[in-house]
Amino acid sequence: MAERFYKYIPATAGEIEHMLGVVGYASIDALLAEIVPAPQLLGRPLALPAPVSEGEVLEAGAQLAAQNQHAGTLACFLGAGAYRHQIPAAIHHMVSRGEFLTAYTPYQPEVSQGTLQGIFEFQTMVCELFGMEVANASVYDGASALAEAIFMAHRVARGKRPKAIIAGAVHPEYQEVCCTYGLAEIVQLRAQPPGADGRIDLAALEASLDKQVCCVAVQSPNFLGLIEDLPALAELVHAAGALLVVVVTDPHACALFESPGACGADIVVGEGQALGLPVSMGGPYVGLFATRTKLVRTMPGRLVGRTHDVHGQPGFVLTLSTREQHIRREKATSNICTNQGLCALQTAMYMSMLGPDGIKDVAERSHAHALYLSRAIAALPGFELPFGGHFFHEFLVRTPVPAAGLVEHLVAHGVFAGVPMSRYFPDRSHELLVCATELNTRAQMDELVRLLGVHAAYEGGAA
Amino acid sequence: MTRAFPPSGTTGLAHEEPIIFERSVPGRRGWLQPSSDIPAADDLDGALLRQQAPRLPELTEPDVVRHYHRLSQWNYSIDAGFYPLGSCTMKYNPRVNEDVAAMTGFAQVHPQQPGATFQGALQLMVELEDALAEIVGLDAVTLQPAAGAHGEYTGLACIRAAQVACGDARTKILVPESAHGTNPATAVICGYQTVTLPAGPDGLLHPEVVAAAMDDQVAGLMITHPNTIGLYERHLPEICEIVHRGGGFVYGDGANLNALMGVARPGDVGIDVMHINLHKTFSTPHGGGGPGAGPVAVRAELEPFLPRPIIRRGELLELDWDRPLSIGKVRSFFGNFGVLVRAWTYIREIGGPGLEQATRLAVLNANYIRARLGESFAVAFDTPCMHEVVLTDRNQREHGVATMDIAKRLIDKGFHPPTVYFPLVVPHAIMVEPTESESLQELDSFVAAMHEIAAEAAENPALLTGAPHAPVRGRLDEVAAAKQPRLRYDFP
Repeated sequence: MAERFYKYIPATAGEIEHMLGVVGYASIDALLAEIVPAPQLLGRPLALPAPVSEGEVLEAGAQLAAQNQHAGTLACFLGAGAYRHQIPAAIHHMVSRGEFLTAYTPYQPEVSQGTLQGIFEFQTMVCELFGMEVANASVYDGASALAEAIFMAHRVARGKRPKAIIAGAVHPEYQEVCCTYGLAEIVQLRAQPPGADGRIDLAALEASLDKQVCCVAVQSPNFLGLIEDLPALAELVHAAGALLVVVVTDPHACALFESPGACGADIVVGEGQALGLPVSMGGPYVGLFATRTKLVRTMPGRLVGRTHDVHGQPGFVLTLSTREQHIRREKATSNICTNQGLCALQTAMYMSMLGPDGIKDVAERSHAHALYLSRAIAALPGFELPFGGHFFHEFLVRTPVPAAGLVEHLVAHGVFAGVPMSRYFPDRSHELLVCATELNTRAQMDELVRLLGVHAAYEGGAA
Repeated sequence: MTRAFPPSGTTGLAHEEPIIFERSVPGRRGWLQPSSDIPAADDLDGALLRQQAPRLPELTEPDVVRHYHRLSQWNYSIDAGFYPLGSCTMKYNPRVNEDVAAMTGFAQVHPQQPGATFQGALQLMVELEDALAEIVGLDAVTLQPAAGAHGEYTGLACIRAAQVACGDARTKILVPESAHGTNPATAVICGYQTVTLPAGPDGLLHPEVVAAAMDDQVAGLMITHPNTIGLYERHLPEICEIVHRGGGFVYGDGANLNALMGVARPGDVGIDVMHINLHKTFSTPHGGGGPGAGPVAVRAELEPFLPRPIIRRGELLELDWDRPLSIGKVRSFFGNFGVLVRAWTYIREIGGPGLEQATRLAVLNANYIRARLGESFAVAFDTPCMHEVVLTDRNQREHGVATMDIAKRLIDKGFHPPTVYFPLVVPHAIMVEPTESESLQELDSFVAAMHEIAAEAAENPALLTGAPHAPVRGRLDEVAAAKQPRLRYDFP
């Protein structure tokens, strides 16, 4: 193959010849032939498209992007694990700096103090928001964070409590990820169906708690949007000698409602996306993970700690790595290596920009919008809010016509109306999960209510 | 109320920067809400509400920008210079990738939208799946895993599910001793015991070693190809046959795929399932430790076990959740989509010939370094390497200088250190992976720096053992950090 120029490869034909001379081969092919036995060589070009210019690849990307609808083209009332909030413009500019973007995991602390200090600050902010004592440098997402939390609870019980109970109103995808991890049968998972009020049934839970249970995992606000009674849960779970694991899918909730830590949680995990990351078709997001100091040595993931250098100046390093795979190999607390460092940093930037008041404002505004919308929808003939409990910014609606059809129809009218529950539970055809945040205007909400009413009346009449 | 910051002196342009909480001034705000004509909520019971506000910093936008700008100046990065971390593939991260990922039609797509409204995103994912399958020589790909180790878990879980489905549950995974630590950690999390296999004196895994370890309880072999010493595992066809004959699968760790593109394909030599680190081979940025993406490619017989949903091809691309044999989901939604967009852009821009050229230059650059540094440093193996070369401190130890000192001294010379003390099979390893992104001039500067360090080791070892001297912080005390962990800011 003729050696050609490519825009990301500096070597010229002359330089390649020079290097080959130093290495002692006539050509790169000759060098490769020395390394790879001939029958194993591919011997043909890869069947992939030909190279294009930067302008052409931008155009190709733009063409695919144009085939997607999004919150810029339709009014969006979707949540269910991914939440839209306004992202301050400065964040994209800060996080795009090459010094953050193109650095590796900070194994050499003397040349990585920026990332390390940023993550140390992130750990502190996660602790503050969750009301906890120690947080790690992040894991992949909320779902894998929950799976890791259950593994951790199992380790804390030193294998003497093989079962974990997971509340039925935990996000179904999180439950599924936990089940996938449970495939190894290291932890037996038991689901606890929600009670008639959409929340965990405390009496049923009490009956199923025994000395075999290492933890109870509960989401609050739960998948149906409702606030669980965490203090009561903590009391029950602790009385049985188990740990309470709380998962949060939009951490803004922790600025408005009492923090899981203050309610007695032992491990708090969450999806950090809502704190300054775009919804981006589901990723990259960031898993938040926090616990009590006394449990830190059983915690998974990277940790940044404060220390000092040889001159006594303060500095930061990755620490407690004797828990980790690169040191402990098969005895590690987790196999996690690469995490979501830049996303973690991005959430820290968001929390720094908003501050305690800003985060609370976003939470209060989102809640007020959802409350307004829920009352308007509940007033529509045939629509009903089946649960009376308090919610944050998301609520379940019982619809007079199948919710999936309603959603599809409203897309044509410029609205993503919500997530039909049939997406996860085929038998729950007449339920719609609706989310409103500070980004949904009164005009958008009034239009959604109008369209729901018109469409349901039309469909109902036709049926 | 005013309060002075801790010392904000400068050394040239390197500013001292306090912890962000020390910059906080009560009453400052960096963000205002838009106005709203929706009334404040009246439904919440006071007992539910948070009593003590989180102690997040209170700052304006310029405060925050300055803070993170200054922190960024304390980081080394591939944008700043040569970053030869072995097995990490620190190649240049093209900026057009960032621009495509940030397009509104990708970044603002909500994962809960009806499938018909994100056909462009699904089309991109299908094209990336097909490209990766062609590059590694396997049949089907899942893009869901968020990182390499996450891909390892996914791949092993597929092997486990396939064997369980045939009533042939097994208990052991074979792992060569040169493996990355994630391999044995993953095997254990997946419920297996690991059996460590030694490499031969040539650094390669040999068929007879595998044959001796193979029995009806071995679910499979996990092997990094090329291996973590940068050597091509030339006996793989025979090794894979032994594993297959014994009813096992071969898992390929794709961390080093940058050495193989367009040259040889893991699937063609018998590997059944492998993960691919998009943040290594396919130029997506490491971000100081993620986000990455670890797609997994499998042979057709393992396809039914991949995480759900899969994308069903047709005129309308559809998400197929009805996958009774699937291991289930390993992550919420569809994986690190923004990272997938970047990798798609890279592959689409440089095409097949560009990928092949990347591999060819990655191999040539590593062998050039190997040839040039052999004068001063011990080279661990006597055969041409692929994309990375392993050196040791053997020639320097007589001066009381160890691998870590060489690494830290490189910082003073303006380079990021190579990977050190890994792989464990080579004592005091110094693993250099230059990648195709580096110019001859950059490689020569690095070689010159390493020769200088070798000379300093003999003449003035204290220069090395006290290194680094140049950065804003000297060598950090990791022992103290672990002894008394301080993992969060202590508020006054």
